[in-house]
Amino acid sequence: METQFTTEFWRNGPTPGGLYQFPGQGNNQKVSQYGPAKHTLNLSRLMKVNDSTIIGAGGDYADYQFLKSLIEQRVIEEECLNDGFNYTPNSLYSWLTRVMYNRRSNFNPLWNVFVVGGLQNGEPFLGYIDKIGIAYQAPTIATGYGAYIAQPLLREAYEKNPNMSLTDAERHIDRCLKILYYRDARSLNKYEVAIVTKDGSIVKGPISSNPNWEVAKMIKGYE
Amino acid sequence: MQLTAVGIRGKDGIVFGVEKLVTSKLYEAGANKRIFNIDRHIGLAVAGLLADSRQIVEVAREEASNYRFNYGTAIPLKHLTDRVSGYIHAHTLYSSVRPFGVSCILGSYDDEGPVMYMIDPSGVSWMRDMPITDLVKEVAKIIYIVHDEVKDKNFELELSWVGETEKFAKEALEESDDSDEEEL
Repeated sequence: METQFTTEFWRNGPTPGGLYQFPGQGNNQKVSQYGPAKHTLNLSRLMKVNDSTIIGAGGDYADYQFLKSLIEQRVIEEECLNDGFNYTPNSLYSWLTRVMYNRRSNFNPLWNVFVVGGLQNGEPFLGYIDKIGIAYQAPTIATGYGAYIAQPLLREAYEKNPNMSLTDAERHIDRCLKILYYRDARSLNKYEVAIVTKDGSIVKGPISSNPNWEVAKMIKGYE
Repeated sequence: MQLTAVGIRGKDGIVFGVEKLVTSKLYEAGANKRIFNIDRHIGLAVAGLLADSRQIVEVAREEASNYRFNYGTAIPLKHLTDRVSGYIHAHTLYSSVRPFGVSCILGSYDDEGPVMYMIDPSGVSWMRDMPITDLVKEVAKIIYIVHDEVKDKNFELELSWVGETEKFAKEALEESDDSDEEEL
């Protein structure tokens, strides 16, 4: 079954992080945490909404927490009705686009970028929403610095192998986050992954990739 | 309509049961449910007017939601019962509204363990956690109620209980000691 992967890295402050998606055997979102304040904190940027839906957030953490509490309450309300319906990636994405667009139209945006992922009727779904209400769906998504560095790598991997396995996808995401860690001096070698498969969704981590600084000594001119 | 809702508190959970009369063959199976979810950890069983109980359910869900939003934790049943019973009681105080025709049983299970409350239409709420002396009376009452004097034969009530027997035994002993002394 074709499914997807996303990953995200983020930085503390207004610059959003990146999220990526891969087709594979699950939907996978990753976060690498970086920014000066994050060296001592283990704050999760990924949320399990239900067994078919996950979201990842970049940007202002307080705004994320606010929206998270709203989503959690809405999920509880759905559960209370106990009618077999719940949020799907598409419905949550759709709702989030309205919230974000409404907030920016009132000149009071929530300073976040969200990536919603999961399985929609068994089909992989991945959507992007930012603080001014821009929203789109794509097979790979990256935000912030990740849009410059990771997105090309992910697209390349996706085009070469649109039906990669879960382990392959995780390997690609680890590689992307490792490269982001190399390139961003303020980054931290720590990230989280969220995976959605037909068996359910999980958020795992923090994970540290295995960097290789051997090449560092070959760089000249910055002594 | 005669409707019964019962709740039992065990050591690791609560069980609700409701006698839901099906008033028409046109209803789909499972229509007009009388047991509701209020939050992930709270259930509510009702006896009485279903329309009224749905209003109570809405208020209870709202209160649970507000508590979670403000305090970031699930509402303790003690607090929810306070608020819902306050709401029900308020509807007995004014000529412009009628009271709710509903008795409800609220049950929750959280870190504190299982808790159960009941609220009646007057807005009075109580926890079904009675001292053993009251429990004994309740049990006796139930036995008497279910016994049909006309149909059934005569009976003797047998009662037994365990609890903090030491305390009660002591009290009983002291009482009898006193009376003994008086007699002497």
